[in-house]
Amino acid sequence: MSVLSVGHLTMKFGGLVAVNDFNLELEKGEIVGLIGPNGAGKTTVFNMIAGYYVPTEGSILFQGRPIQGRKANQITKAGIARTFQNIRLFSELSVIENVMIGFHCRIRSTFLGATLKLPLYRREEKRMAEGAMKLLEEVDLTDVAHEKATSLPYGKQRRLEIARALATGPALLLLDEPAAGMNPSETQDLLQLILRIRKDYELTVFLIEHDMKFVMEICERLKVLDYGTTIAEGPPHEIQNNPRVIEAYLGEVQRAQG
Amino acid sequence: MDPNANRNALLSVLGTMLVLAMVHLAGSHGTEYQIRILNNIAIFIILAVSYNLINGVTGQFSLAPNAFVALGAYTSSLLTLTPAEKEISFIIEPCIWPLSVITTPFIVSLVAAGLVSALLAFAMGFPVFRTRGDYLAIVTLGFGEVVRVIANNTQSITNGPLGLKGIAEHTTLWWSWGFAIVTIFLVARLIRSSYGMAMKAIKYDEAAAEAVGINTYWHKMLAFTTSGFFQGIGGGLLAHLITTISPTLFTFFLTFNLLIIIVMGGLGSTTGAVLGAFLFTWGGEWLRFVDEPMDLGFTEIPGIPGMRMVIFSCILIFIMIFARHGIMRTREFSWNWLCGKLGIGGRLR
Ligand SMILES: Nc1ncnc2c1ncn2[C@@H]1O[C@H](COP(=O)(O)OP(=O)(O)OP(=O)(O)O)[C@@H](O)[C@H]1O
Ligand SMILES: [Mg+2]
Repeated sequence: MSVLSVGHLTMKFGGLVAVNDFNLELEKGEIVGLIGPNGAGKTTVFNMIAGYYVPTEGSILFQGRPIQGRKANQITKAGIARTFQNIRLFSELSVIENVMIGFHCRIRSTFLGATLKLPLYRREEKRMAEGAMKLLEEVDLTDVAHEKATSLPYGKQRRLEIARALATGPALLLLDEPAAGMNPSETQDLLQLILRIRKDYELTVFLIEHDMKFVMEICERLKVLDYGTTIAEGPPHEIQNNPRVIEAYLGEVQRAQG
Repeated sequence: MDPNANRNALLSVLGTMLVLAMVHLAGSHGTEYQIRILNNIAIFIILAVSYNLINGVTGQFSLAPNAFVALGAYTSSLLTLTPAEKEISFIIEPCIWPLSVITTPFIVSLVAAGLVSALLAFAMGFPVFRTRGDYLAIVTLGFGEVVRVIANNTQSITNGPLGLKGIAEHTTLWWSWGFAIVTIFLVARLIRSSYGMAMKAIKYDEAAAEAVGINTYWHKMLAFTTSGFFQGIGGGLLAHLITTISPTLFTFFLTFNLLIIIVMGGLGSTTGAVLGAFLFTWGGEWLRFVDEPMDLGFTEIPGIPGMRMVIFSCILIFIMIFARHGIMRTREFSWNWLCGKLGIGGRLR
């Protein structure tokens, strides 16, 4: 059974068809990339899978169960975690608190139990703090654990967002441009990080990225979107030489130039 | 986690005992006027700390606290008034059964006030949290007004515009400060728990909060209902302090005062809400002189009733422009901080 199975997904905003008839099967443990020029509809695909937009048409099956139309928090609880293209951390909270919050959706303590600090909550709180620290180790942020999240440089904020997503206990991780704003060495570290967490947490990864070197290196399979339509899919080396893909990207360059 | 946890717990107990000792001293030696102000401060602490939970911590700009305070005040008063007293008060229409025959002890009436107000908050939450931001403010403003209008018009329950008179003066310093301490303690604990963290997450970024699996709708409901609970209790204490209540007491004006308090203290900070309640109540008393005629030597200014509120409004405007984060920002008082300031050792993390 595939982890994620998306069929005929379409998203219309008024007259604009942002995504048209998008199909996708993700097998367990895969790292699949979604690429395409700016405005192609990549983030929109993520937003539909993660429950932020209700698709105009189509179906989304996660581990065999339909999830389209469910709320974003329910989808996270079902096991799909995401990061955002424009980093969205809880600005005034500390780095470790940002990660601890990720565990909250899985605690068993009730509201009253937590307020009264009953034994169950004490245990869970301890586990949350320890779990958060372990994840910070994973993304190499232990030294800044008590700093304000937004005081971190860009690259570290991106890693923190990944740690926060991992805290929710996902089976599928959606990364929206995780390497954006990173320098080449940070990008290399990120690559290693993604490979490591995939192994350690038995993840399936679906990612959007503009850094082609990164995408070609890490993804086993790619899907290419242009104006909402899938124009190509396959292993990276095939995509690299696909004339339609080159044209789509060249078109973008030409549009940009004149 | 905190290596100073034991010391801090001890300091908290000692601090609480100190407050209670001062309450005792004030109760036995203070003038009636001083006792009254101290009662007011405690009640405003309860109202402000719980209001801050929804507005400051969860970031949902509710303008309905007057509704919960009103409901709490009426609920508890109707429960402590004796059937005979109710029969005398309700001259236009008799009080409906079973309210007409029930009398409960003060503490029961307070808990009931809290529960009924919490229930109202819970029910109100369903439509309210379908909206956000400015719309939420307007919807809650509307609800606050609706409750007041209902109080004005349900003659057989609230005695309408005449209000309730002769409510027993049960609210002593022990009651008011006792509940203030309990409120601060519980709300502060809630905020520090992961539920509180989730509420803060909603304030900072609702979309991201959803992404980490927080049911934002439900957590807003929890904050709103909890806030309503304590506001109901505050209303009950208020009613048994001033002994006469009527719908005019619970206009938007009350909400506005609470808003000044929590903004002045720093939205999101419980410590700030407590400080704000102090400053507002104390300052309000101190500023009484501006309502009275003033003799400047060469000329006499006639007293302008309500001048105090003009000054308070100016202060609010001033805060919003120049010090939007209030006294505390979102920081909280902590023993670690105090001991650090005083240079008393203690292990750091
Ligand atoms: N909520 C919305 N309402 C209206 N239009 C939208 C909305 N969200 C996205 N769009 C439009 O849908 C199209 C696809 O946007 P999307 O953000 O998915 O692109 P993208 O491929 O992620 O681009 P980029 O690489 O710049 O991030 C764009 O034309 C965008 O303006
Ligand atoms: Mg995008």
